[in-house]
Amino acid sequence: MKFVRLKEVPVHIFLLFSTLLSVCTTIAIVFFLFKESLVFFKEVSVFEYLFGTKWTPLFHPQHFGFLPLLSGTLLIAFCSAIVSIPLGVMTAIYLSEYANSKVRTWLKPVLEILSGIPTVVYGYFALTFVTPILKYLFPSTLVFNAASASIVVGVMTLPMIASLSDDAMRAVPRSLRDAGYALGATKAEVSAKIVFPAALSGVLASFVLAISRAIGETMAVTLAAGATPNLTINPLESVQTMTSYIVQLSLGDTPHGTLEYQTLFVIGVTLFLITLLMNFISELILRKYRQKYE
Amino acid sequence: MNSNEIQYEKHLAFRRKKSRIFRHMCLAASLFGLFFLGCLFYNIFSNGFSYLSLNFISNFPSRFPEKAGILSAISGSIWLMSLTALFSIPIGVAASIYLEEFAPKKAFMKLIEINISNLAGVPSVVYGLLGLAVFVRVFGLGRSILSGAMTMSLLVLPVIIIASREAIKTVPDSLRYAALALGATKWQMVKDHVLPSALPGIMTGIILSLSRAIGETAPLLVVGALGFVAFTPKSPMDAFTVLPIQIFNWASRPQAEFHKLAAAGIIVLLVVLLIMNSIAIYLRYRFQNRNK
Amino acid sequence: METSNRNIIEEHLKKIRSSVKDGIDVDTFPIMISKQLSLYYGDFKAVNEASIPIFPQTVTAVIGPSGCGKSSYLRCFNRMNDYIPGVKIDGSIFLHDQDIYDEDVDPVSLRRKIGMVFQKPNPFPKTIYQNIAWGPKINGMKDHMDDRVQQALEKAALWNEVKDKLHQSGLSLSGGQQQRLCIARTIAMEPEVILMDEPCSALDPISTGRIEDLIFELKKKYSIVIVTHNMQQAARVSDFTVFMYQGDVIEYGPTERIFTRPQKKQTEDYVRGKFG
Repeated sequence: MKFVRLKEVPVHIFLLFSTLLSVCTTIAIVFFLFKESLVFFKEVSVFEYLFGTKWTPLFHPQHFGFLPLLSGTLLIAFCSAIVSIPLGVMTAIYLSEYANSKVRTWLKPVLEILSGIPTVVYGYFALTFVTPILKYLFPSTLVFNAASASIVVGVMTLPMIASLSDDAMRAVPRSLRDAGYALGATKAEVSAKIVFPAALSGVLASFVLAISRAIGETMAVTLAAGATPNLTINPLESVQTMTSYIVQLSLGDTPHGTLEYQTLFVIGVTLFLITLLMNFISELILRKYRQKYE
Repeated sequence: MNSNEIQYEKHLAFRRKKSRIFRHMCLAASLFGLFFLGCLFYNIFSNGFSYLSLNFISNFPSRFPEKAGILSAISGSIWLMSLTALFSIPIGVAASIYLEEFAPKKAFMKLIEINISNLAGVPSVVYGLLGLAVFVRVFGLGRSILSGAMTMSLLVLPVIIIASREAIKTVPDSLRYAALALGATKWQMVKDHVLPSALPGIMTGIILSLSRAIGETAPLLVVGALGFVAFTPKSPMDAFTVLPIQIFNWASRPQAEFHKLAAAGIIVLLVVLLIMNSIAIYLRYRFQNRNK
Repeated sequence: METSNRNIIEEHLKKIRSSVKDGIDVDTFPIMISKQLSLYYGDFKAVNEASIPIFPQTVTAVIGPSGCGKSSYLRCFNRMNDYIPGVKIDGSIFLHDQDIYDEDVDPVSLRRKIGMVFQKPNPFPKTIYQNIAWGPKINGMKDHMDDRVQQALEKAALWNEVKDKLHQSGLSLSGGQQQRLCIARTIAMEPEVILMDEPCSALDPISTGRIEDLIFELKKKYSIVIVTHNMQQAARVSDFTVFMYQGDVIEYGPTERIFTRPQKKQTEDYVRGKFG
């Protein structure tokens, strides 16, 4: 800062302030989420929260067991991964190994559109299109069900897997492929057995990110999966996720300072920590992958 | 040909077949996205088209599906996005300039970078909780457009910063050196050369992140946007709704008529997104061609 | 302070003069002088205690095989290395009496006096006129801009070629013209010293010839330091030559002597084309 011209000082201050705002955001998120959560844990034991199997903060008797919300969230994350991972990886293989540049210029925008459609639209589509089809196939399907939400969340996160894995596979050096062909491998063998394993850490990182996004996904899940905190692994039943609980409570008029109001922040902090952890894991995996090719 | 070779040839034929099947499977997976998009657009247009009319745009929401419209939602969205753009663009671009051009390469700055990329991965609904705690309660702004816009700004900031930094990175160093060698200060170099060169890229990033924000629903629900608003906001302190919340509201009702209204609302939302994305793609195309 | 610097410089110059065989036939005080300047990229020492004077209105050529540190060294003269992370510099370079690595020297003001032309032509993506006017403008020399632009272009021997298209993009010119535009841009600042980092390496022979003619003209007014990998070019345009090898200044002296009667074995091998 020593030689900064006097009239440029305000500019420098503004630039620095803008940068530091991001740090303030993080501090504010952590501070407020934890502050409100601490109030909650004065009333409810951490043990009941973590291991209770009933979540009924809005009814009497109130129960604050978080497991049903966790199971609902994980059920959706798991089922959506069943959709997004195979489709995403195969799309990535097609993009990086088979598609010529013309096909790429058409396929990539399609993926961008898929990831750019608002999630509320996915929710609407799940409710009015996917659920009726599921009902036709499996008559026991409920109006609100985890499967329908999982399918659209899977499609929503597919582009993320496809494009990150595509990047990872394209970073695999040509010489590796040539070596494969020189040994008499077919294209599929080179793709699946040489390129894919060589890019594995990048691909894995994309899985973690996609699942993390599925966990944080809100509107599609709220619209399609319902609002029943339900400890189940049957995807045809209605479940409630952490995010859809936050929406449900926000829609009602919950007075500030009540225990119900604090649950918003308790769930928020749980959600924040889970996604933070997953992003951290994917970053770790990616760092390993960078070391390999740079 | 000995038996080994016959064996090999047979096996090779099998491997070739496997390779072909693999290729077709990958192609099918790639086309699945397209197929899904097709179904989605068909579903929405076939449901919503009949409700799309001028009245739909100019009416307020109503208990009667045939009279309901999205005027308050559209004006709410315009208010919200204008304020969000006003807050987030200068700050986001400034932060990206600082990080790319001014920041000392210190551990602390590395920490800020990690922090920003992690913020981009925080679920949007968590930003809603932050907005509720800080803007609605601590700042006492209530469930107003201003609270919503500030929440949205925090949400899009990391995305704008990341996109702008990418654009600034594409400016060749030779340009910077040329400016510096003429005795320019860093800010003169940035203002007159780096920014103009990176501008189309930055604009592309901004438009794409704002078009994300237009479709965002969850954080605004948490901050307290309303589902039913029968007036157009007059000031940033007014209560509000936005298009995606109106859509959510209609879609969560059981009656089929309201579902069709939701579909009509989605069509409007998608058209807005289409326009914004076309502008972004056009800018990106111009940018790429100029840099060649 | 300044007088003590002057003594240091006199002292240092004497040492350099005594090390040069047959002496230096210039008596003026050097406009710049580098004293035991070392440059490190992290742990790697790219320039090792380099000491040379730059005399006013002369051309000094820096030659040596690629990777010998000559470009890194050149960039020390206007502190362009300040922007490269991990670079550390020891020693000093004086402009007149002033150590440019002194704490109270602002590198931005410094570069106003010491211009630089780069290896690859790098005009701004703006019009020819704006390319030249930008430097004076940011430095507050706003009056008579049209004259400034014209003079700079004339001095760079580019005026006749571009006078009818001043408002076309600088990028529309040919490579050689672009490089002369970059030189004109530097001249418009009226610097005292012009540093040239292999200015012809990206150009064809005809453009190269033109730039060499230009350098000959420019030295009437400016002091020029040119890094080149082309020995003939150094022999043609320069008054003094520095030969660098693996970060060391092996030999410094009048160009004619360096090329005809080199003192050191390595210099002789290099100028005879035995390696490089």
